[in-house]
Amino acid sequence: MKPFKLNVFVVLMLSALMFVQCKDDDDNGNVIDLISCDDGIQNGDEDGIDCGGSICPPCQGDQLNFDGNFIQEDIAGRPGVNIIFGITDLSKNNYNVSEVANRTIFQEDFQEVLKNYYDIYAISLDIPIAFENNILHWNAETFTTIMSNYDALQVAPDGPTTYYDATNNLTFTGRYLSDDVMSFTLALMFGGADGTRFDGNNGTPQLTTDAVGPGDRDFTLPFPYLEDPLTQE
Amino acid sequence: MKKTKLFAIMGGFSLLMLSFIFMSLDHIDATNVAGTTSDIADFYAFEGDNPDNTVFVVTIQGILAPGVVTENASFDEDVLIEFNIDNTGDFVEDLVIQAIKRGDSIYFFGPSIPNQTGLESDVLTSAANHIVQISTIEETFITNEDGMSFFAGPRRDPSYFDFNRFIDIANGIAAPEGFYPPGESTDFFVGLNALAIVVEVPNLLLGAAPQHILESQGNINGLPPAYNVWVSAKRKQ
Repeated sequence: MKPFKLNVFVVLMLSALMFVQCKDDDDNGNVIDLISCDDGIQNGDEDGIDCGGSICPPCQGDQLNFDGNFIQEDIAGRPGVNIIFGITDLSKNNYNVSEVANRTIFQEDFQEVLKNYYDIYAISLDIPIAFENNILHWNAETFTTIMSNYDALQVAPDGPTTYYDATNNLTFTGRYLSDDVMSFTLALMFGGADGTRFDGNNGTPQLTTDAVGPGDRDFTLPFPYLEDPLTQE
Repeated sequence: MKKTKLFAIMGGFSLLMLSFIFMSLDHIDATNVAGTTSDIADFYAFEGDNPDNTVFVVTIQGILAPGVVTENASFDEDVLIEFNIDNTGDFVEDLVIQAIKRGDSIYFFGPSIPNQTGLESDVLTSAANHIVQISTIEETFITNEDGMSFFAGPRRDPSYFDFNRFIDIANGIAAPEGFYPPGESTDFFVGLNALAIVVEVPNLLLGAAPQHILESQGNINGLPPAYNVWVSAKRKQ
C-alpha cells in the first residue's frame, strides 16, 4: 500500500470514529424497557408484580408473594418467664417452640427452679428458708402454674393498664412501658406475704428488687410511644 | 459438706445459666434463637392514648448499640411476627395481627381469625391489610388508617433491668447479698436500641374480653375482663 492511500485510510477511519458515541439513543423513544411497572411480572428491584422498588408505586398486600408455611421460633407473654424459670437451655428452647395452651409439662421444672433460688440463700446464710405465700396469696405451685400454664399478658380493654398497682389494688391489666415488671416478679418470688421478706433490710439478701428504675427514659410520648433510637456511640 | 453442696448447686446453676450472656425479659433467652432475626426482646400491651384502643409493642433483635449496629439492623422477610389475642379464655389465639417485611415496608394483616392456631401459620393475605414504611434513625413513618396505627423501626429499648446482677444471682455467686443497692445497680439496657413494631387497635376489632384468668386461677377478685395476649415469631420454612 502506498503511503498516500494509507494516510487516506487512516483519516477515514478516524473520521468515522467521530460518528460513534456511547449513548444509545438511536431508538427514538421506541426502546423496549426490560423493566416496567405494567409488564405483569416481578423484575428489576420490584417488591411484587409491577410494584415497589425504586421505580414502581408501592405494593398493595395482594400484589406481593406471602406464600409459605411459617413455624414458631420464639414467643413471649409475661416478662421474664423463660429467663427466670427455664431450668435448662434445652428446656428454654422447648418453651420457645411450645403453644401457650400446652405448657403443663413445664410447671414442675419451674417449681424446682424456684426452690433452687431459695437453696442458694439457705446454704449461704446457713438457715433453712423456703418460698412462702406471696402478696397475691399464691403458694409455690399456684405461682409457678400461673407462670407456666397461663403465660400471656392479660390486658383489660376497659380500665387502666398496670402490671401491679398496690395503691389501687389492681394487678395484671396489661403491661405499660414504665411498669417495673421485673421488680414485681422478684417480689412475687422473694417478697413473702407482704412483699418485703428479702428486701435487703435487717440483714436479708436484697432480692425483691433489682434497684433499677427507668432512668431518663420518656414514657409520655404519643404513638408509637417509644423514644427515638439512641444515636451516640 | 455445706460448701460442697453450695458448690454443687452453684455449678448446676452455672451450667443452666451459661447461655444467659445477655437479655432481659425475653431478650436472647435461649440458644436456638439468641441473636437471630426472630429473637423477641420484649412485649408490652396497654391502653392507648385513646382509651378505646389497645396498643401492642414488640421489640426484637434487642441489644443494638447506637450507631452502625442500629443502622444495619433490619427486619427479616422470612420472619412473621404475630400478635395473638385470646378473647375466650382458653389461651388459644382467636385473632392474630400479622406483620412481615417486604421491601422497605412492613405489611400488616388483621386482626383476623387465623387459618390455623398454634405453632404454624400462613399469612392472611385476604384479611384487612395496612402498610407502614420502615422508619430509620433519621425519619419516623407512621400509618394511621381505619382507626388503627402502625409503626416499625429502630427505637430506644424501653426495658430496664440489672441483667448482669440477675445472672450472678442465678449463678449463685450473688449470695448472700442479692441485688445491688440503689446507686450501685446498673441498667443493662439503658444505652441500647432495639427494632420495634407497634400497632394500636380499636378494642371493637378485638371482640369482648373474657373473665380475667387470674380470678379463677389466681383467686384474685375484682379484676376487669381481660384478653390474654402474646407475641410469636415464626420463620418461613
